[in-house]
Amino acid sequence: MRLPPGVSAGDFSAAIKELESAIGKEWVFTSDEDVNLYRDSYSPFWHENQEPIPSAAFAPDSVEQVQAVVRIANRYKIPLWTISTGKNLGYGGSAPLLNGSAVLDLKRMNRVLEVNDKNHYALVEPGVSYFDLYRHIRDRDLPVWIDPPDPGWGSPMGNALERGGGYTPMRDHFDAHCGMEVVLPDGELVRTGMGALPTAKTWQQYRYGFGPYMDGMFSQSNLGVVTKMGFWLQPQPDAYLSGSVTVPKHDDLTPLVEIFANLMNSGVVQATTTVVSPLAYSRDPELVKLRASGSTRDLEDYAGQKGIGYWSVSLPLYGPEKVIAAQWEYAKQKFSAAIPGATFRDGASYKFPLTEEQLTKIVNPVPFGVPSLQTFSIGGPKSQGHMWFSPIIPMTGEAVIEAQSVFDKVAQSLGYVTGTTGFPIWNFFARAFVIIYFFPIEHDIEKNRRSREIFRRLIKTAAEHGWGEYRTHTAFMGDIMDAYSFNNHSLLRFHETVKDALDPNGILSAGKNGIWPKSMRKAGA
Amino acid sequence: MNARVVIIIGAVLLSFGAQRCNGQEVSRSSAWTRTTISGQGQPKGYVQFENYCSMCHGPGPGQPGTMALQAKYKGAEPALLADRTDLNGAVIKAYVRNGISIMPIFRKTEISDANLDLIAEYLTRNNKK
Repeated sequence: MRLPPGVSAGDFSAAIKELESAIGKEWVFTSDEDVNLYRDSYSPFWHENQEPIPSAAFAPDSVEQVQAVVRIANRYKIPLWTISTGKNLGYGGSAPLLNGSAVLDLKRMNRVLEVNDKNHYALVEPGVSYFDLYRHIRDRDLPVWIDPPDPGWGSPMGNALERGGGYTPMRDHFDAHCGMEVVLPDGELVRTGMGALPTAKTWQQYRYGFGPYMDGMFSQSNLGVVTKMGFWLQPQPDAYLSGSVTVPKHDDLTPLVEIFANLMNSGVVQATTTVVSPLAYSRDPELVKLRASGSTRDLEDYAGQKGIGYWSVSLPLYGPEKVIAAQWEYAKQKFSAAIPGATFRDGASYKFPLTEEQLTKIVNPVPFGVPSLQTFSIGGPKSQGHMWFSPIIPMTGEAVIEAQSVFDKVAQSLGYVTGTTGFPIWNFFARAFVIIYFFPIEHDIEKNRRSREIFRRLIKTAAEHGWGEYRTHTAFMGDIMDAYSFNNHSLLRFHETVKDALDPNGILSAGKNGIWPKSMRKAGA
Repeated sequence: MNARVVIIIGAVLLSFGAQRCNGQEVSRSSAWTRTTISGQGQPKGYVQFENYCSMCHGPGPGQPGTMALQAKYKGAEPALLADRTDLNGAVIKAYVRNGISIMPIFRKTEISDANLDLIAEYLTRNNKK
């Protein structure tokens, strides 16, 4: 049996006995065979000693059992690492950050507690997946949409707590939540927002309740175990329409993004899309050469000759059929007036609900509120995993061009990628862009070391330019928190003050997002 | 009515009571599928395969498992796992518990040993004896 750090064999055995009686012997995992199932399948430390491996895993089935586990862990000072569905692949999967932590696996807590199709909300437990919630809705034919991220087997709660994003107008998942139930590190149970009212009738309708709004402190944090969470759902829209805008010149990106931001911020466009360059990924040898050594002018000429444009953005529109057709017309007028040579193409259009037959033909149904696992074809059939570099940058053309150039220089200096437009730009969140850059993980120590080196260089370079990551793999949480250093790391010091007050024994998710309990904190960090 | 029957009725009522929240029915299931799969008239293990494997290894576009097996065998073996006749139960279980290429490891809280046995039984049902 592996031991958690700082816990004696005698204490651990005693704790395991107590845990077995609290949650059932079957749900306390201590054999290497069972515990190894919690390894991060996409670990950037695969085959290296640095890979964090848990010592045990505990899988409670109820809030009371979570409270019992937390209280026992406090008594024996056992570090826990909480997961919901454990499918946070690319960001650490089901593995802890601290080697030897015991995983608190909430997958068995999989109750869809409520779906309301009149006020459009849901209340779920942590082990519910997007598939489970979708199936609950579909089986009952309720006219509401969930907003899945790319992988559908993840947890709506886990994804929202990690502040993930999706594709429909409810795309900012933390922003779409309403009300939580949380087990605090000492085992106390609290409900946030209106849930603090014992007779609450609006826990999932009004977010704030009364007094300080505490929900934020349980996201990307290690200050509690969230056991219930509410979400606002999208009423099923009548229709969908996408239209793409393509512009011919490099410098057209500035007005393109300016108008795009205006359309987003006025609510004309409400969903996730990506600003791309049609010049970015083609393997045409002429273009590959131009990307590596050509001028902007050469690339413009190439784009003109091939009729593909320099930049493009596709606008996803959801709503009543006539309204979205008018929104597309309005958008076209705005782009045409500002950008000579802008061209437009009508894309897919659908009426909802989609029939089963339509659904089977759509390769990626995620933008229509339908969970999928299609995203795992990314990286090709031989891929062994991935992780993501994801800085937030301003929603301006200038920022996009600067970020492309800065990150490309880092990548090129390390011989990693070539090209000037290859960092995909998304609007998962309001008001800013996020770059989501793919890093392959391989079962190759040297390649992974190199990837980690590039990743860390990108974090530093981003911070020098005022860009910070929104989320990261456990391997880089410390590096990124270190970059959020205003006033001698005063935000981190504040987090640590709160951590010490709520979790003096440091039992919850040590090291999560760079926040360590006092006993494990590096002096002077 | 003896005491045992009373206890059983009590337990049934209790579990029914626990299945409602805010006047709504609580659902509790775990599967990576978009609709509830019926096993009626299907071989043993079909439901478990559909629940846990079909979103990657099923037919249709955008199926990473099927695409990977198509790339690997180039038609020499069916890309659809459910059509194979040469699979070995122990190997299936090893892949599920260790992962292979982009397919991650699956924990026992996701796919129980009992369900994994049924999946292996289903995928080897057409093997030549």
